[in-house]
Amino acid sequence: MEEATILQWRVSPGAAVAKGDIVALIDTEKSEIELEIWDTGTIVDLVVTEGEVVRVGAPLARLSVTDASIPPAASLPRLAPRPTPPSMEPLPRERLGPGAATPSLRRPAHQPAVHSPLVRRLAENAHLALSDVVGTGPGDSITRADVERRARRVPASPLARRLAADRNLDLAAVAGSGPDSAVLATDLPPETAPEPGPTPSKATTMRIAIANLMTRSNREIPHYHLAQDIGLAAAMAWLETTNSEVGVARRILPAALLLRASALALAKHPELNGFWGNDGFQPGEGVQLGVAVSIRGRGLIAPAIIDADSLALPDLMAALRDLVNRARAGQLKGSEMSSATATVTNLGDRGPDLVHGVIHPPQVTLIGFGRITQRPVVVDGTIVAHPVVTATLAADHRATDGDRGARLLSTIDQLLQKPDRL
Amino acid sequence: MTNDEARKIVVAAISSIAPDADTEALAGDDDLFDALELDSMDQLNIVVAVNQETGLEIPERDYPKLTTVDRFAGYLVGAASAG
Repeated sequence: MEEATILQWRVSPGAAVAKGDIVALIDTEKSEIELEIWDTGTIVDLVVTEGEVVRVGAPLARLSVTDASIPPAASLPRLAPRPTPPSMEPLPRERLGPGAATPSLRRPAHQPAVHSPLVRRLAENAHLALSDVVGTGPGDSITRADVERRARRVPASPLARRLAADRNLDLAAVAGSGPDSAVLATDLPPETAPEPGPTPSKATTMRIAIANLMTRSNREIPHYHLAQDIGLAAAMAWLETTNSEVGVARRILPAALLLRASALALAKHPELNGFWGNDGFQPGEGVQLGVAVSIRGRGLIAPAIIDADSLALPDLMAALRDLVNRARAGQLKGSEMSSATATVTNLGDRGPDLVHGVIHPPQVTLIGFGRITQRPVVVDGTIVAHPVVTATLAADHRATDGDRGARLLSTIDQLLQKPDRL
Repeated sequence: MTNDEARKIVVAAISSIAPDADTEALAGDDDLFDALELDSMDQLNIVVAVNQETGLEIPERDYPKLTTVDRFAGYLVGAASAG
């Protein structure tokens, strides 16, 4: 993400904020996101206004913090995964953001250079003061062409001149009603409504974001792929019993079981939970489990369940449900969008038997689950019908080799054979 | 509960869970999963919404009976009169 639009401020100057508070709603390529602040303090002023587009890293607000060692600033974070705990980099106070004024580029008033008596005479004849002529010759000196151009200039008020330039109008074609037939702003023809052009829809921008990420993945990451069929007889039986004992609102989906097993397995195999960058592999802090969520009619988004390995199964289910609902309503938080240390894609329900994953850089792992189906399996020498899911691993070969990936899948398998311990 | 009342409840539940789903164009016998691109999370949310509206708890083993608006409505009518 390079830039975003500030849609709505949720705080105003004077407000006390604590780390983790939502301070604004911003609009990125992918969705609307609630922006959290990472410092505790009091908002001094808001540097950018609602509706303004800001580049990543630009300061958004000034803040006085209780910890005087941190220079106070809140800035737009780069929404890409970071190996360190998410925090906004404090910016030096003097850094210019989009709100800062740039010095105006007015030419200093000085005597223009005129190298030719002829040019001087032409200017006199045209009743032009040399300081009124813009010189384009060497050293900004005034040339004959400059004088002629200035002499031909249609007299017009500065406002009319600017408006005409904005609208690409030829002043010579406008009848002037000012002094000496100068063209005034009111003489300009009325503006017609601008041609409605195609506006990039949110769907397109999400598509572009996905396209960029997937292209980068294919270009940069040497993937290896592993697959494993996992028997779910014990897991599904346990789930059915557990769900029949709780109310509808507390039912646990098979997807939550698969996510729980994945989170625990990633915690056990930290070499597959993290990022690949210029300095090699950097392990993630905790398991921030990205979940691929399809947004009807628009595309795919993979926000993270924070500290997924620390959530007991009912809490993980609740977190999953909340995350999916908010993702589909466009109400994700900035930290959820930027912190995934690994991602799971579950095409479950009506999907294919298995998923050949594409890793989301800079992560190094994508775990895939296909549809849970009844399949013939061999148990004690007999063929029986059991629910089975095919789990796949797409992994970055720069970070790990096949044997490490195989261990991860094996751990997921073992965990799912003991569902009551999940 | 009449069949019409049941249909209204089902469609309202679907619309609240998937506001972007095109329920207007939905025929009574269209498969909900395919026609509206619903998944198991949507299905669970719909079942919870129906439960909040009617108090009926639909057991998981009955989910395969809820694949179209017609069948869902018929199921609700049956469950309401039984309970």
